Amino acid sequence: MPRPGFVLDVDKSTPPVLFHHGEGFRLEKLPADRSRVIYPGEPLEPLDDVNAAIQEALLNPVGDSQPLPSLLTPGMKLTIAFDDVSLPLPPMKRPDIRQRVIEAVLDMAAAAGVDDVHLIAALALHRRMTEDELRHAVGDRVYDAFAPHGALYNHDAEDPDNLAFLGTTKHGEEVEINKRAAESDLLVYVNINIVSMDGGHKSTATGLASYRSIKHHHNVHTMQHSKSFMDRHSSELHHSNWRMGKVIKDAGVKVFQIETTINNDTFGQEGAMSVLAKREWEWSAKDRVAFVGMQQGLKRLSSSTRRKIFQSHRAPYGVTSVTAGEIEAVHEITLQHCFDQHLVEVEGQTDILTMGLPYICPYNVNSIMNPILVMCLGLGYFFNMYRGKPLVREGGVLIMTHPTPWEFHPVHHPSYIDFFEQVLSETTDPKVIEATYEQQFAEDEWYRHLYRTSYAYHGVHPFYMWYWGSHALQHLGRVIIVGGDVRAVKRLGFKSASTLQDAFEMAEDVVGPRPTITHLKNPPIVMADVK
Amino acid sequence: MVDRKGVEKAARGLQAAWAKAPSPRQLAAKAEFPLRAPTVPLTVEPPKPEQKLLGGYDSAWARKLPARYARFFATEGLMRPIIAGLAQPERRGLDRLADLEGAAIFAANHHSHLDAGLLITSLPEPHRHQVFAAAAADYFFDTRVKATASALVLNAIPIERTKVGRRSADQAAELLDDGWSMVIFPEGGRSPDGWGHPFRGGAAYLAIRCGVPVVPVHLAGTGRILPKGKSRPTPGRTVVTFGDPILPAEGERSQALAERIERAVAALADEATSDWYAARRRAAAGETPTLTGPQAGAWRRTWELTANRKKPSTTSKRWPEL
Repeated sequence: MPRPGFVLDVDKSTPPVLFHHGEGFRLEKLPADRSRVIYPGEPLEPLDDVNAAIQEALLNPVGDSQPLPSLLTPGMKLTIAFDDVSLPLPPMKRPDIRQRVIEAVLDMAAAAGVDDVHLIAALALHRRMTEDELRHAVGDRVYDAFAPHGALYNHDAEDPDNLAFLGTTKHGEEVEINKRAAESDLLVYVNINIVSMDGGHKSTATGLASYRSIKHHHNVHTMQHSKSFMDRHSSELHHSNWRMGKVIKDAGVKVFQIETTINNDTFGQEGAMSVLAKREWEWSAKDRVAFVGMQQGLKRLSSSTRRKIFQSHRAPYGVTSVTAGEIEAVHEITLQHCFDQHLVEVEGQTDILTMGLPYICPYNVNSIMNPILVMCLGLGYFFNMYRGKPLVREGGVLIMTHPTPWEFHPVHHPSYIDFFEQVLSETTDPKVIEATYEQQFAEDEWYRHLYRTSYAYHGVHPFYMWYWGSHALQHLGRVIIVGGDVRAVKRLGFKSASTLQDAFEMAEDVVGPRPTITHLKNPPIVMADVK
Repeated sequence: MVDRKGVEKAARGLQAAWAKAPSPRQLAAKAEFPLRAPTVPLTVEPPKPEQKLLGGYDSAWARKLPARYARFFATEGLMRPIIAGLAQPERRGLDRLADLEGAAIFAANHHSHLDAGLLITSLPEPHRHQVFAAAAADYFFDTRVKATASALVLNAIPIERTKVGRRSADQAAELLDDGWSMVIFPEGGRSPDGWGHPFRGGAAYLAIRCGVPVVPVHLAGTGRILPKGKSRPTPGRTVVTFGDPILPAEGERSQALAERIERAVAALADEATSDWYAARRRAAAGETPTLTGPQAGAWRRTWELTANRKKPSTTSKRWPEL
C-alpha cells in the first residue's frame, strides 16, 4: 500500500533534506522547530493491465459520447492529436502510454475501414519533435505506417494555409486551430495528464492553436489571475480555454478525448536514481553509498556529460488511469486521479518557501535548462503547485537551488537568447515586457522561420515563460537562487546566495527574524492543498 | 652518505603529522549524513527494517549446487553417523514406498529436535538428497547463524507458526512443483509431554494444491533422547515407521485430509508399540489410540504414556550428577 504524501515538522533529529540542484543535488539542514517539509506521496498502484484499461475506456466512454468504434466509419476523416515532447517529465520508458492508446485507436479505425487518418503532435508554440522523439511517443509501428506518407507530423501554428478560424468567445478571444483537426469528422485527442494543469479543453484549444489564439490566455493578466493554474476552477487560463472549447464544439468539431494519468514512479525502485524518491531517514547504507558515489561522480563530469546522463533517464511510470469520452466528463475523472497522487494537505502559509529545482522542465527535454526556464520552473510551475492559497505568504521569500548557468541551446531556444540579452537587461517587469517587446518577437520572421523549419521554440515563447511566473513575481517579496551563476541570477532580477544559510539570512531582511520555512520536495510531484 | 639530521627531521615531521591526524574514531564521529546513517525525525515512526530473518529469510542459496554438495557430505558424513550413534534407528515400512515416484510430503509426529535429522537420514533415495524441511520461522530463523545452519544442513524453509503466511505456502508449493520432497511436522511444534498435538492443515493443503502424496511417518523414541527443554541428548533407541502414501481424494478438503494423515500416523504409532495386525484390527474397529492422549490431568497423561513403553529407559545413570 503506497504511503500518501505528508508534511514533516523539522526537529533536531531530522536529517539533512535532499534538494535537487539542476544536474546535481544538495543536502541541506533546515532550522528545527520552524521548518516543515512537504513530501510527495509514494507511487500509486498502477493498472494491472493497461491495454485492457484502454479497451475498456474506448468501448465505455464517459459523458455524452458513444463508444469509439461506433464513431468510426469508412471514408471518414480521422485525426489523432497527441501531447508533445513536453510530457511527461522525464520522458517515460517505452512503450509510451500515447503509443499504447494510439495503437488501440488505430486498431479500431482499421477494423472500421478508415483510410484517411492523420496524426498530429499538438505542440502549440513549442519546438517541433524530432523523428526519434516522435518514434518514442507513438512507437515505431505507428511512425513507419504514417510518417513516410506525410500523415504524421508536427502542428504548425504559423502555417496560414493550415489553420482554421472557428470564431470568438463572448470575451472576444479568437479561436483558431489546426485546419485538418477542425475539418475532420472526428478528432481523437490522446493526452498524458502529468499534473492537473494539463488536459481538458486546453489540449485542443491550446495544443492545436495558433499564436493568434494562444495570446488571449498566455498573457500577464491571465496568469496573474490564475491562482493557481494547477487548480482548474481557480485558473483564468483554464476558464479561457474552456470558453474556447465551447467555440470549438459549437463550430462542429467532434472531439473524442482520451486522458491518461501516471503515478509518481519517476526514479524507479532500483538503481542509483531510486534514492531520490526515498525519505532521507529511510536511506539504507546502499542508498547512501549510491548517493555519495553519484555526487562524487557528477562532480568530476563536465556539465554537458552530466546533462546527457540525466536527459537519458527514462522514468518507469505506472499508468493509473485511462478515461475516454466527452472532454469535460473525462477531465473531471482525470483530475481526481491527479489529485489522488499529488495532493497533500498543508496547514497555513509560510514566510519562506524553498525548493530544489531539478534538471528538467517542460521546455528543455533533450536540451539545456537556461536561466529563463529556471525562472519558469520555479516561479511558474513549482510556485503554482497549490490549491487554495499559495504556500508562501504575500510578501514572503522564495528560495530556489539551481546552478542557473548562462547557457542556451542555440537551436531550441534562439529567441530566448535575445530575450535574455535585450529584454531582461532592460526590465523584468512582465507588464512592461509584454507591452513593449512581445509583438516584435512574436512576429519576427526569422524566429518564425526557425519555429516552422528547424527545432526552435516560437519567438514569443520566452515571454510566455516570463508570464508564467508573473503571479509569483507579483506575490513574492524576494526571490533568492542558491548556488546559481551570479550574473545570470542578477539578470533575472533575483538575489544570489552561495549557501542556503546565507539565503535564510538574506530572507530575514524581508520577512523578519525567525521566519517559518516550508520546503516543497518536488520531484516526484507534490501539490499542496493549503488550508 | 645519508644526512642523519635530515632523516631525523623528516621522522619528527612524520611523527608530528601522525599525532595531528585524526583517528578513525574521530573521523567516524565527525562524519555526517550521508556518510553515516540518518537520524529519524521525532514525529516520524522509524521505518521497519526489511525482514531478512524469520519468515522473510531467503533460503534459495541452499538449493544451489555448492550448497547441495555441502549438504550431501553433511548428511552422509556427519548427520547419519551421529544419528546412528545417538538414536540407533530401526526403520520400518520402507517397502511401502517402493512405488513412490516424484515429490512427496513426509508428515511425521514431533517430539524432539532430532526428528528432522532422523527422518531425513531415514528417507530412501532419491528423496534423501532432494528434500527440504519446513521449519518454524520463529525458532530456526531468528538469528543469522541458526538460519544459515538450518538452510544449509536441513535445506529448511521458514514457516510462520503464528500467522498464515502466504509466502511460506507459495515457496513450499513452488519447491514441490519443482520435484523437491518435503519433510514437515504437522503438529507445529515439539511435544511438551510426550503426547502429540492435533495436526494442522498445512501438509494437507500443500498436497491438495500440488497434487502430491503424503507419506505418514511415525517417529518413536526421540522424545526420550532429546525431549523439549533439554539440551544434552541421552542415547537411546528409535523406531521410524513409514506408512502407505496417501493421495488427496477428488474434491477433498484440507481439514479432512489432515485428519486422515493424523489417523494414519496414529495407526503407525499403534503399530510401533504393538504389532501390525493388532494395530490394523484396532484401526478397523476405530479404536486406534489417538496421538494426543487422554484428556486428563498431567499425571494421568504421563501414566498412560509410560504404560505403553515396551522397555525401560536405557540410561545407565541411577543418580543425577551433582
